[in-house]
Amino acid sequence: MKSTGAAISAPGLLFAVAGVAALLTPFMTLAANRIVAGEGVLAWNIAGPAAVTPGLIAVLGGLGLGLLQRPASLRLGGAVLGLGGLLWLLTQGASCLLAETGEYARVSPAVGFWVLLVVLMLLMADALTAMAPKPLMRGAILVAVLGALAIILGSGALSDLSVMQEYAGRSDAFAREAVRHLGLAFGSLAAAVVIGFPLGVVAHCRAALRSATLPVLSFLQTIPSLAMFGLMIPILGWVGATVPGARALGIAGIGFAPAFTALVLYSLLPVVGNTVAGLAAAPPAALEAARGMGMTPGQRLLRVELPLGLPIILTGLRIVLVQNIGLAVIAGLIGGGGFGTFVFQGLNQTATDLILLGALPTVVLALTAAIVMDILVDLTRRLPEDAT
Amino acid sequence: MKIGTVLRPVLVLLLLALVLRPQWFAPLFAPLAPSGGPVIYERASLLSLSLSHLALVAAASAAATVVAVTLAILVTRPAGAAFRPLSRTITNMGQTFPPVAVLALAVPALGFGAGPTLVALFLYGLLPIFENAVTGLTTLPPATMEAARGIGLNRWQRLWRVELPLALPVTLTGIRLSVVIALGTATIGSTVAARTLGEVIIAGLLTNNTAFVLQGGLAVGLFAVLIYDAMVQIERRLAKRMGG
Repeated sequence: MKSTGAAISAPGLLFAVAGVAALLTPFMTLAANRIVAGEGVLAWNIAGPAAVTPGLIAVLGGLGLGLLQRPASLRLGGAVLGLGGLLWLLTQGASCLLAETGEYARVSPAVGFWVLLVVLMLLMADALTAMAPKPLMRGAILVAVLGALAIILGSGALSDLSVMQEYAGRSDAFAREAVRHLGLAFGSLAAAVVIGFPLGVVAHCRAALRSATLPVLSFLQTIPSLAMFGLMIPILGWVGATVPGARALGIAGIGFAPAFTALVLYSLLPVVGNTVAGLAAAPPAALEAARGMGMTPGQRLLRVELPLGLPIILTGLRIVLVQNIGLAVIAGLIGGGGFGTFVFQGLNQTATDLILLGALPTVVLALTAAIVMDILVDLTRRLPEDAT
Repeated sequence: MKIGTVLRPVLVLLLLALVLRPQWFAPLFAPLAPSGGPVIYERASLLSLSLSHLALVAAASAAATVVAVTLAILVTRPAGAAFRPLSRTITNMGQTFPPVAVLALAVPALGFGAGPTLVALFLYGLLPIFENAVTGLTTLPPATMEAARGIGLNRWQRLWRVELPLALPVTLTGIRLSVVIALGTATIGSTVAARTLGEVIIAGLLTNNTAFVLQGGLAVGLFAVLIYDAMVQIERRLAKRMGG
């Protein structure tokens, strides 16, 4: 019925309803110190009317633009406007609320802020999906978004917020754990590629090996992460104690080694499985042609099967990278470091902001990795088409 | 296959023994426990922890299945088509959220205990089920759909008698993925005071008692592997029945 005019986007209506409902819930929380529960403050009470009104207008205007069906660029503009308004409200609220209270007081974003943030980001994602930008354009957008995030965080506009105060108190530890987290995620990916890729190539050629390895690897994958990390402790502790020289390399039951090993084990299935699937994806006609040209099996593998299977192999690496960035959080429980350290410290101290300090960078990292890998997969997929 | 028929009963018996009579394993675990420390976890029985772990996973997965399949049906109807690109974006991006982060973020909102774990398991479990159910409902063979329309089935009858049964195997795969993730995430739920087998592992980690870590890890690992295997068997049997 609506399809004749269709001036209003159905998801946009959902966003608007959810966004307005979120505005009616507490936007920020004011607490006497970092541990106690705070009390919620509604968006229009966080600062004086002169400071709040522009932000509210921007948020509502952004949601309003999101209602439009037609030019997706306008919906994108709406999302950016709304996010700008959200940021404005946050900075105004943080300084204004803190000005009226004692020195241990903490302000943090509350339900209303988080829901609005999610709604506006979904509006942005929905508009971008409709615009279907090319891979390089998506990369440029990602860089712009991350750049904006870095500028906002670096400018100190948010330094009154509780999470940023937690950060300020431990910026050295944060940098160290960030490096550790990246080392765990990317290091285990590299190790899994070094082990898994040759294994996948051999399994592609030998059916017997294929049917033996893949089920074992998929069973490994089902073992819950905490159990896997835990089971690595006695095993690596034993290796560290008995194998000469292992201890000198830093192999021990606690810390980096068991976390790293567990991550490598989890990574093998996507690497091996997708290598096998990718190499098998070459169309029979292409293989026939290669054979007709007199290529040896080795040449066929390098020049035909590998280039054609690259998107699928890279998809495997995407799965591994996103999965390992998330799983590396568990390393925090067994002394392996990473952002998980803050998450579990925060859970122990019931300090919400410390949990956020660990969880938010992990989420941003995982999302960024997923988007970058998607772009790479699309780029490799494009190549064979252009060649023809 | 042949290895499976031998290994499966052995693993089931091992799990049952571990959960029901953990003291049988005391000599095995003793060298790993700190000298003089407890060998077998006794603050709660492994059986009660297992039951509460499985109940948590079952409740979350059942709720996630109902909601995710309902949403998948809505999105694949003509009236809900406008939401399909959005739902795809949400599932793609949502699955990049680490389950642990979802769990940790649920705590500030819901406090400690089984509540945040249940919500995190439910929310995260929605995604694979929804994704697979949509795949199942949108990749139906056109000839079958045409035939269903031809014999005069209305839209509801087509949905119940043709589309949902045909989409069942793919949907089940999604449910399996979701259950496996839920089993693992529930284990971590012990860090937020949910009663699961993770409690044993974490107690072991905190007191440097590798015997605890190993018995908890073995029990959870065996549950996960056996449940995964059982669901694969069900899917296979179903696929065979529909194929022949």
